[in-house]
Amino acid sequence: MSKHDVNNVSDAASPLLRTEDEELLTGWGRTAPSMAFVREPHSIEDVQTAIVHAGARGVLARGLGRSYGDAAQSGGATVLRMPSMNTFTLDPATATVTADAGASLDEILTGIVPHGFFVPVTPGTRMVTVGGAIAADIHGKNHHVDGSFGSHVTSLTLIDGTGAIRTLSPTDMLNSNEFWATVGGMGLTGVIVQATFNVIPIQSALMSVDTERGTNLDELMAKMIDADARYRYSVAWIDSVSTAGRGVITSGEHATLDQLTSAKRSTALVYDPKVVATAPKFIPGGLINKLSMRAFNEAWFRKHPKSRAGDIHSIAAFFHPLDGVQEWNRVYGPAGFLQYQFVVPDSAGHVIGEALARLRAVGAPSFLTVLKRFGPANPAPLSFPEKGWTLAMDIPTGVAGLAGTLDGLDELVADSGGRLYLAKDSRQSPEMFRRTYPRLAQWQEVRSSMDPHGVFTSDLARRLQL
Amino acid sequence: MIDALGDPQSVLVLGGSSEIALATVTALPRNRINRVVLAGRASAGLTSAVEELTKSGIKGVVTAEFDATNTASHERIIDEIFDACDIDIVILAFGMLGDQMEFESDPNLAVQIATTNYTGAVSSGLHVARRLRQQGHGSLVVISSVAGDRARRSNYVYGSTKAGLDAFAQGLGDALQGSGAHVMVVRPGMVRTRMSAGLPEAPMTTDAPDVAKAIIVGLRKGKHTIYAPGNLRYLMGVVKTVPRPIFRKLPS
Repeated sequence: MSKHDVNNVSDAASPLLRTEDEELLTGWGRTAPSMAFVREPHSIEDVQTAIVHAGARGVLARGLGRSYGDAAQSGGATVLRMPSMNTFTLDPATATVTADAGASLDEILTGIVPHGFFVPVTPGTRMVTVGGAIAADIHGKNHHVDGSFGSHVTSLTLIDGTGAIRTLSPTDMLNSNEFWATVGGMGLTGVIVQATFNVIPIQSALMSVDTERGTNLDELMAKMIDADARYRYSVAWIDSVSTAGRGVITSGEHATLDQLTSAKRSTALVYDPKVVATAPKFIPGGLINKLSMRAFNEAWFRKHPKSRAGDIHSIAAFFHPLDGVQEWNRVYGPAGFLQYQFVVPDSAGHVIGEALARLRAVGAPSFLTVLKRFGPANPAPLSFPEKGWTLAMDIPTGVAGLAGTLDGLDELVADSGGRLYLAKDSRQSPEMFRRTYPRLAQWQEVRSSMDPHGVFTSDLARRLQL
Repeated sequence: MIDALGDPQSVLVLGGSSEIALATVTALPRNRINRVVLAGRASAGLTSAVEELTKSGIKGVVTAEFDATNTASHERIIDEIFDACDIDIVILAFGMLGDQMEFESDPNLAVQIATTNYTGAVSSGLHVARRLRQQGHGSLVVISSVAGDRARRSNYVYGSTKAGLDAFAQGLGDALQGSGAHVMVVRPGMVRTRMSAGLPEAPMTTDAPDVAKAIIVGLRKGKHTIYAPGNLRYLMGVVKTVPRPIFRKLPS
């Protein structure tokens, strides 16, 4: 640790001096930064060393920083930037991938799609690591059919709070509790270093996509229920400006060879996602406002046909449209943004319309408003998805009255038996969290057995008193 | 932790019965606040401050014994407070005004106020800075004064303590720049409080809640220096350039 040059200082070590490995970290929403000592481990031994020599502020693993809030930052702590360990192997015979925790879905897709395999679950970005996918128990457009990422993991290797290596599996009676506490455990049970998960066979790197517009929310939700029964992947985008709640449902399947023209068949498994642009380094605040939102939402709605079946799209266009613009999170300006994502049971579908209406009322523009139906939950105590509806909205933090409106929505969500997604959360109260994750105590018991000295913590854990 | 919308969870006030600090705590968004430590000498004022804040619905208000002049105790006291939980906002608000004429007839009194306003702030400010630095986030709000911008015949001892404090806080802010911790210097003009009671009102005199509002806006914007009211910045800009022979003759 060498010191930065400071004029007129002696060699005495000042507690105020910066060291070279310090870095201000935020989540994807670029709010509430904190300083951490960032290390890049290159071996399991490096991870163990960091844990055994942890300072008072503890240790936390960080992947590609796609959590919106404070899940992958920890002020004053040692933060292990895991993408430095990113090797993986595909076993086509068993259709499994064994990957270092720092390997990204992007890297894995590039490696396995040409061999005719696809990841079991992908979120709206492929720029997430395997470790992060497990820690947040991520979901995708196929949750109603396939569940979340953790449900496809057959075993994982983790370094616990004492520095010991543990291999956990959902089917091993001796450690399945620890496995499920780690799935959705936000990195607080240990540092995941490797995992094996199932992959699915595909015939092509293309998607057969059906599109359907809904002119109001009721119609949209009815069509979604219908679409769920017929498609493996489905999601709806909602025009957050429209009072009717109109939107577009996109559903799809991996395209089979006989769905492709003969020209495309020869290159069916070519996977070449492109980054089209990078957002500029500095973008002033206020660019995302009611006017630009209205224009965007209108154009996006009109861009889609009323109804169309069997379009052939690339994997990137179907699953990861935003990955085409690197660092798109900068468009919200220096004040940053948040994503509000909740789930409510099927019986509380009305909360969707109410949430959209309340946010419209405070003029909180969202250009990414996504509605999706979840299938049943998995056994993980802190996993977010459960059977019902989930709505996600990106909102700039500068909107006046936002804090009160979201607190009110929290109440509504909690009263309806729902909850918020920790990977997106940057503002809920500890009370809200405890109320809506009733299995917290069960998780905490397992966690303290895995991390008896409380080495693993994060800004999110401190904020929510986990 | 301060959350994505800028709402804090914990506040420490050094000089726990300061009216400006209490007005600030009262005006902060309180939905996430679960700890407020009022550090000061045990007094009826400190006790009633706890009662008032609690009655207004703020959760977790407690006191800590703190004497600005007992610098040897600062490290232990501040460490204990930060060991209990992270502190999002620290308000360094203790200070005395005193009487210039008394200082001139009894310099011992001048030493007392210099020790409180300056020495006590340097000591506690450095300990707070070390802890903010360790936790990797948080803001230190230092209540300075326009009296430190230019010495005046009528209160130059007080003014000199604030000038020293102000320079200290500016340098501390630079030392912490980019560390996740942040220092904001607040230069209020005359504020109607117990400290100024009975004194003739200066131009642009404000009330503690106005200063509180300016502090909260300044924190949200990440400012390093604010005046309260904001227009004082321009007035003081002029005042600082007035030649001494003329300045001396201006009414104070």
